Amino acid sequence: MANMTIAKAITAGLRETMKNNPKTMLMGEDIGALGGVYRVTEGLQAEFGKTRVVDTPLAESGIIGTAIGLAFRGYRPVCEIQFDGFVFPGFNQITTQLAKIHARSSGDLSAPVVIRIPYGGGIGSIEHHSESPEALFAHTAGLRIITPSNPHDAYWMIQQAVESNDPVIVFEPKRRYWLKGEVDTESPGQDAFSAKVVREGTDATIVAYGPLVPVALAAAQAAEEDGNSVEVIDLRSISPIDFDTITTSVHKTGHLIVTHEAPTFGGVGGEIAARISERAFLSLEAPVLRVGGFHMPYPVAKVEEHYLPDIDRLLEALDRSLAY
Amino acid sequence: MGAEHLPTSEFDIEELEQSMTSSDPADAPEMVQLLASDGTLREDVQYGPYAAHLDGEALRGLYRDMFLVRRFDQEAVALQRQGQLVMWPPLLGQEAAQIGSGTALQANDYVFPTYREHGVALTRGLELSALLKLFRGVSSGGWDPREKNFHLYTLVLAAQTLHAVGYAMGLQRDGEDGVSVAYFGDGASSEGDVHESMVFAASNQSPVVFFCQNNHWAISVPTEVQSRIPLSNRASGYGFPGIRVDGNDVVAVHAVTRWALEHARSGLGPVLIEAFTYRMSAHTTADDPTKYRLSAEEDAWRDKDPLKRLERYLRSSNTADDSFFEEVTVQGDEMAAKVRAEVLAMTGPEMVQSFNNVYADPHPLVAEELAWHLEYEAGFADADEAGESN
Repeated sequence: MANMTIAKAITAGLRETMKNNPKTMLMGEDIGALGGVYRVTEGLQAEFGKTRVVDTPLAESGIIGTAIGLAFRGYRPVCEIQFDGFVFPGFNQITTQLAKIHARSSGDLSAPVVIRIPYGGGIGSIEHHSESPEALFAHTAGLRIITPSNPHDAYWMIQQAVESNDPVIVFEPKRRYWLKGEVDTESPGQDAFSAKVVREGTDATIVAYGPLVPVALAAAQAAEEDGNSVEVIDLRSISPIDFDTITTSVHKTGHLIVTHEAPTFGGVGGEIAARISERAFLSLEAPVLRVGGFHMPYPVAKVEEHYLPDIDRLLEALDRSLAY
Repeated sequence: MGAEHLPTSEFDIEELEQSMTSSDPADAPEMVQLLASDGTLREDVQYGPYAAHLDGEALRGLYRDMFLVRRFDQEAVALQRQGQLVMWPPLLGQEAAQIGSGTALQANDYVFPTYREHGVALTRGLELSALLKLFRGVSSGGWDPREKNFHLYTLVLAAQTLHAVGYAMGLQRDGEDGVSVAYFGDGASSEGDVHESMVFAASNQSPVVFFCQNNHWAISVPTEVQSRIPLSNRASGYGFPGIRVDGNDVVAVHAVTRWALEHARSGLGPVLIEAFTYRMSAHTTADDPTKYRLSAEEDAWRDKDPLKRLERYLRSSNTADDSFFEEVTVQGDEMAAKVRAEVLAMTGPEMVQSFNNVYADPHPLVAEELAWHLEYEAGFADADEAGESN
């Protein structure tokens, strides 16, 4: 067991995969000497050299596109996108090329490229530095999308992402980079593409992922003080979504609330609500409720606390759900 | 800027020609040409040696390849007109650019084509009918790219130029002497990915050759709208050599490409080749060139036909006679008949195959939707059986 932050857990996970697989390489802007703007790759260039930890030109499409070409030669590139809102110049390469090459080539080619994207708000930053674009990628077949919420998962999920034969986007909850926790470096516990019940309960289920898992756990704690037993599921994988784990929980609780920072409209929460209403219609005692961001560009830092789902908004939704 | 300089919705050919000729001739790059349009060979100190190995048999081979791919192209157009292909991007006029460059490559070089490199495919030894699977709508690919080091056609303009550079970065890391070759057109040269690929290639000094076929038209929009300077001049801005070659001169294209490959292979970094050529036909069978260009322009380029030019040389130098050209014609007809038969035999895949290869590893959503689909389809089968028994 080791105690470390999420950021350092990712660094340690990257180090392990670099050691275990000589074909793993890191690519991105400022990831070498600086160690990335969040220092996640700190020390890795000194350890593994400039051909394996590559400071690329400042060009997101270039990073993703060349990573695809490297993958055709058997490399396992891990690309860092500096911030969520800067991934869009690479969106074309991700959605039209990376996601589709395995299918287009009838399985002859694979592009096991990993893309790391620090995402989400709550750090008081300026525009394009606080977005949650996961649904835009989740809609694209061929991509896998995961997001860790704690150091243990961060350590293992980055390694599992590199091991995956499919392209994987790892959304890293940047406001939790400094969250500390225990990491069992001996055993991953579970597969990256599955959800996990992180708190048991009987009255309602909250599904959260990434930065909102601690918020959901705090809301469940507050609800318990009001006499309500809330189960919390850390989704962990946004594509595929582990609907079995959610369905099992809803069969037990009958109430479901899904929360994410991304705008509610067209978000991952809507997909979960629709699927669960199909799978567990007769178990549901209330409509599935969503607690997410508003239909607006991520607002300025001075008001972001009103935008981000917090404990109170989750408890309000819980009250509405239980009142049915 | 005065209003007279604002772009108009329609292109005035005379105005465009004037704008081209009015630019400073000192900026115009030398156009490498070894086989003059009258069918005579020229001396060239730099690139001539790279064509010196072309003996009579090799030259006849270049002609045969150009002839066969033109015949193949004709057959594909006919198949499209008969409704056997969804659409087709003809290469008519670009045979020399493709055969000349493709024959310069080694087996361990890797080609990243756009969607019109039928001639390059032929030089890689690809079964030509495989190219038609995409256009018949039975596959999104059609061949295993690794078998002949010829990547799938990429329809998103310029996306493959970055893949080529990444592949070249891999070749560097693996210590292999292969070169990655990115094909693209003058229209694609405006895409950001071409810029980024050249930045990455120069930054890494990667073994990649950018082969731009300037065929003068991006569907209906002329090259001048993409670039105010000759495209080969752009290379100097990235810090690597740019060469403009007569794209209708198969000998010059072959020589220049050999030089570029040697340059990249020896660790000196990327090269941009602009093959100055002309698309004689439509962009695809869906457009109509008479709507956007003058027949006079097509006539002028028809005189520069790459096959006629080489034929003139082969005849005047007694390298080939009537019997050779007859033999090639027969070979072309046989090949076309074979391609036609193969295309007509191509049937669409079963829908269930579309569920395969969405992901490399098992994926629960795909499995769930496949199971639903099979059950749904089975319902129809049951109904049919019930109907028959009644």
